[in-house]
Amino acid sequence: MSIVTITPISTYRSDDPYPFCPGCGHGPILDRLNEAFIKLDLDPAKVVIVSDIGCSGLSDQYFVTSAFHGLHGRSITYASGIKLANPELEVVVIMGDGGTGIGGAHLISAARRNIGITVIVMNNLNFGMTGGQHSTTTPEGGVTATTPLGNLESPLDICSTVGVNGAAYAYRGSSFDVDLADRFVAAIRKPGFSLLDVWDLCTAYYVRSNKFTRAGMEESMRSWGLEPGLRYDRDVTEYAVGYREAHAGLAGHPTPGPRPVPVGFAHGLDRPMSFVVAGSAGGKVRSAARLVALGGIRSGLWAAQRDDYPVTVKSGHSVTELWLAPEEMPLTKVMSPDVLGIISSDGYGKAGPYLAAMTPSDLVLTIPEHADVATDARVVVIDPKAAEKRIPKTSMGLVFLAAALRIIEPYPLDALREATAAGSFADVNLEAVETGITLSLLA
Amino acid sequence: MTTSTNAPRREYVDGTTAIVRGAIDAGCTFFAGYPITPASGILMAMMRELPKVGGVAMQGEDEIASMGMCLGAAMSGAVAMTATSGPGISLYSESIGLAIMGEVPLVIVDVQRLGPSTGGATTVAQGDVQFLRWGTAGGYPVIVLAPSSVPESYSLTAKAFELAERFRCPVFLLTDKELAMTLSAVDVDEYPDVRSVERAEKHAGLPYSWEPRDTVEPMRRYGEGDPFRFTGSTHDEGAYITKNPENVGALNEHLIAKIEDHRDEIEMVDSDLDSDARTIVLSYGVTAGAAREAAARLRAEGVAVSSVVVQSLWPIPETVLAAAFDGIERIVIPELNMGLYRREIERLASDREIVGVNRIDGGLITVDEIMEAVR
Repeated sequence: MSIVTITPISTYRSDDPYPFCPGCGHGPILDRLNEAFIKLDLDPAKVVIVSDIGCSGLSDQYFVTSAFHGLHGRSITYASGIKLANPELEVVVIMGDGGTGIGGAHLISAARRNIGITVIVMNNLNFGMTGGQHSTTTPEGGVTATTPLGNLESPLDICSTVGVNGAAYAYRGSSFDVDLADRFVAAIRKPGFSLLDVWDLCTAYYVRSNKFTRAGMEESMRSWGLEPGLRYDRDVTEYAVGYREAHAGLAGHPTPGPRPVPVGFAHGLDRPMSFVVAGSAGGKVRSAARLVALGGIRSGLWAAQRDDYPVTVKSGHSVTELWLAPEEMPLTKVMSPDVLGIISSDGYGKAGPYLAAMTPSDLVLTIPEHADVATDARVVVIDPKAAEKRIPKTSMGLVFLAAALRIIEPYPLDALREATAAGSFADVNLEAVETGITLSLLA
Repeated sequence: MTTSTNAPRREYVDGTTAIVRGAIDAGCTFFAGYPITPASGILMAMMRELPKVGGVAMQGEDEIASMGMCLGAAMSGAVAMTATSGPGISLYSESIGLAIMGEVPLVIVDVQRLGPSTGGATTVAQGDVQFLRWGTAGGYPVIVLAPSSVPESYSLTAKAFELAERFRCPVFLLTDKELAMTLSAVDVDEYPDVRSVERAEKHAGLPYSWEPRDTVEPMRRYGEGDPFRFTGSTHDEGAYITKNPENVGALNEHLIAKIEDHRDEIEMVDSDLDSDARTIVLSYGVTAGAAREAAARLRAEGVAVSSVVVQSLWPIPETVLAAAFDGIERIVIPELNMGLYRREIERLASDREIVGVNRIDGGLITVDEIMEAVR
């Protein structure tokens, strides 16, 4: 037996020197991150540094881990995708205060989900790379290239923002913290979303325009209501793990594929026939048309339906155009329907163009309220009150379509009955079919 | 009830269902999207179906996040798809550029609705034809496929995954409200068999190569083998940022050449040609149904006419279209926009008479309108 000695990796840094300005805090922060990686003894191939845009976005190039350098403000979204697809990876986001502003929605959402990534914000209170403009963390009164008379906005409290929204871990400190590497270790180890708001000096811009130095940094934080130290530390379920647990019961269930509708009847159509049902949203007009189409398919017909309805639910019109055809046909709008059902006043409001185009050989079935419709078509009034039982609003579409099928007989009524029996809400729908047939005989 | 053995085998289904089945059968393992009519059906179905195959489906906080998650997941080895409508493509723009630059295979479904802006959420249109091609900075090529039926919604979705892997690039599936949401009877034997994609992968070495320019390097995957890098900035073959003009030029030429030099692998049309015809109807997407029918009815009347349905809109299938235009004097192009694809055909066939049949009121172009334009 041989003894294998595993030597921990001595550095996760590449040989290249940092490109940052003299006195910039970004280099020291990255050195602390390197120390944290060494302490954690991570496999560099299992670590992905996701960098944002700006000076912080240069960071990933100086590590030997894997890296993803994307677009401004979106680093958290890439990190989320990387972690969701492979929860075993350690995903560390390095972003600036600029990224927290433009990507604010992502920051909050990742915290709410508690996706298992570690976000390090190199917070130097302004946009360093683009010339010292103010950012979401620039203190009130801060002088920058875009706030020459002092910033009028309140700074974003990054830790509280993620903390009150559920983040597992939030810490505020600075590049000068002697225990920063240990904070990084704790954050990376923490299941769920962790964030470190690490303040540092932008010697090129913010420090030159404001009395802001290492000496007064902690007092300044406190004076702005941004308390330093560990702000949030709570136990949570990491999202990628939680997702897999929640969905474990679905694994292995096949996705339903195409299943042919059984054909047991013969139709009587020698040309395409179009139906329009003009009703109200919430009235199951589309479901009724679907059953009639399925009855047609059971009789060897082709079928298609176009639905028109507002984006709201159970409010306004719902108009369905249904084609039954002996041959396959392209999707087209119904201009002049063979049958038009007016089953509500909302529907009547949409029926005008159809009514105007219809001819004497066509059929209009309408509720009594619109018995006086102006059209050349034959008008048959279907009176729901003549039914033995009150017809629910949600059955009206099927009642009218069943009545129309009884009158026109494009295919046997038993095909509709079978399609209805095979579908959802079979009892209620079968009753609607029989009611429609009965009412058509009374009309 | 009796069922005869040679009875029709039809289901009643919408294009959304076909897209979802196509994605699952092609091996999709990751989806992220944001609700938007008329594409929400795909999001909802993927939330239900992907966990069954061990995949992950997410509703992002917005379209930008959804695209970002897809890109990250793809680099972790996932086979990713997203779906939206025109207003969502607007928000996808920056990420489309990142997918092109980082060479990420990704299928993007655009279920068109009537624009501009919020436009008509439940209204059909074909207004995104040029938008998809030029929808991000730089002008680099993308691939756009356009189904014209439910079976094509299935087969071209799977084809989109295949091409995304082949070329390591975003591939769009351009459909619309009517194709996605209309229920219609479909012969279940019309669905072709599709294969699950197999990603060409390697676990060591540089993530990119552009020698020769049309090289498509096997993908790396986070967590497997050596560490590797990814960047949206101009980069060398190791994904280190560079401004070296020789390197930058080679990279950008590569992003074009890997697609443009292989048009023959992408070009797809459904040609129905009559050698006596002097007029051809060129169509795509939802409008193709009426175009095919118009050609059939005209022939029944004794009028010689050809039809070509373009399935690969971008890159423009110039070779097969040139063949279809042989002997043709007039090209009739119906579109639910004011001639967005017609301008491309005018460039390709400037010596022919080109006639548009156009509608932007939310209605569909009728068979009669196309027949009228042909006559």
